[in-house]
Amino acid sequence: MININDIMETINMISEENLDIRTVTMGISLLDCADSDANRACEKIYDKITRLAGNLVKTGEDIESQYGIPIINKRISVTPIAMIAAASKADPVMYAKALQKAADATGVNFIGGYSALVHKGFSAGDEALIRSIPEALSLTDNICSSVNIGSTKAGINMDAVKLMGQIVRRTAEITADRDCIGCAKLVVFCNAVEDNPFMAGAFHGVGEPDSVIHVGVSGPGVVQAALKKYPDADLGQLAEIIKRTAFKITRMGQLVGSEASKRLGVPFGIVDLSLAPTPAVGDSVAHILEEMGLETCGIHGTTAALAMLNDAVKKGGVMASSYVGGLSGAFIPVSEDAGMIAAAKSGDLELSKLEAMTAVCSVGLDMIAIPGETPAEVISAIIADEAAIGMVNSKTTAVRVIPAIGKKAGETLEFGGLLGSGPIMNVNSVKSPKKFIDRAGRIPAPLQSLKN
Amino acid sequence: MKTIVSVIGKDAVGIISKVSAICFECNANIVDITQSVLQDMFVMVMLTEIKDLNCSFTDFSEKMKQLGKENNLDIRVMHEDIFNSMHRI
Repeated sequence: MININDIMETINMISEENLDIRTVTMGISLLDCADSDANRACEKIYDKITRLAGNLVKTGEDIESQYGIPIINKRISVTPIAMIAAASKADPVMYAKALQKAADATGVNFIGGYSALVHKGFSAGDEALIRSIPEALSLTDNICSSVNIGSTKAGINMDAVKLMGQIVRRTAEITADRDCIGCAKLVVFCNAVEDNPFMAGAFHGVGEPDSVIHVGVSGPGVVQAALKKYPDADLGQLAEIIKRTAFKITRMGQLVGSEASKRLGVPFGIVDLSLAPTPAVGDSVAHILEEMGLETCGIHGTTAALAMLNDAVKKGGVMASSYVGGLSGAFIPVSEDAGMIAAAKSGDLELSKLEAMTAVCSVGLDMIAIPGETPAEVISAIIADEAAIGMVNSKTTAVRVIPAIGKKAGETLEFGGLLGSGPIMNVNSVKSPKKFIDRAGRIPAPLQSLKN
Repeated sequence: MKTIVSVIGKDAVGIISKVSAICFECNANIVDITQSVLQDMFVMVMLTEIKDLNCSFTDFSEKMKQLGKENNLDIRVMHEDIFNSMHRI
């Protein structure tokens, strides 16, 4: 029989250290649902999602009960709706409503894919979809939206960057009565991946199979608890401990993913090797960095500690899963991480440090509340900076900022649940990047793109 | 299919008997039992074969959970694969 200590270790990870499967996400292609009649297209979308994912939540719950491991979210990602909506000339919000109806029918937490990929330019349907995002996110509860505005291969579409600054602001304004929640469901990417199981950025890429199961694991608490046992180990030894822990966490993801895929009769896609925090005590990435020896997250040394953590998580996880993909790395969403919230409130963690941190981890400036008066061009400039980091370093970067309409730095936005609460962080907007953003056009692809 | 029934809590008279009674009631065959005291906690681990279970897995698991609640013990029923995949390459 399995060693009693190993059994206790697993049980302890689940009951004391918040180990869970963060999400089982079913990717569904909607390419065959496009129709010149938008009503017909919406019907096809609803039918296909409910047909394929009708049992997703039930299956997730069965696996949860049989294996004793919590699966926090069951989600769906779909083909970027801009591609489907392009076939008709109708208002794209119709499609968001159809997705919401499908989300209600299947009982999933979120459907991601109200998206457009415009890294080199807008094609038919893209701009209409982007302009409809504020309304779509305000009229729905469980729909997530993402826009890819740059890539290492294509450069950065600054027309889209300019537009997205305005869209993010507009989305905050239109949902201001609900703590600007719309912006928590909207992410702007550079180098977006096609098999991401995490929200708000999940969509089902066109190179993916008709339907597929992806899994995102979690476990910052487990890593922190493991490190706590070695207060005097050097950094090489710490990396080794993180690797071993990440291996175990990922094995669980692999098991759940393959089991879900078997039960649902849908191919298994990838495990996303992630450390995804929640606002719960003992589930924080910032606290891991502090366990490594930083007095608080955000001070000098944070980037180096995070780089090591991120790398060790990947090294440990990669052998544990047959297929690795998605965003894979440690997430640093400020409002969803108790340690980050505390560091942002105390002023130890600033936006500029977060930007540096995004160069060495997954994914970007995530769940950051900014002052309500931040102008659209400053938001665009934040997006442009972040996209440049992604473009040059051939990695995914993203911006999910929430302009807190009517509030100032130092106050707080309360989202509740997994989205947590966001201390409003100071943005340097005394002097303006307006001229630069207004130039628009396209930043050419960097030399790094020429690999052939 | 085999599951691990784990019992954690303060030692008391009759724990194994109560857990085995549910196994008998549900027709789960006990394959192996180990017990130990870890960090002042009584820990008992039971490997059971549940292919001939006369009720659903959820019922079996719920009965164990209920027993745990009544006796102030943490009783979990988990598929053995979760431990195999985590601790064996």
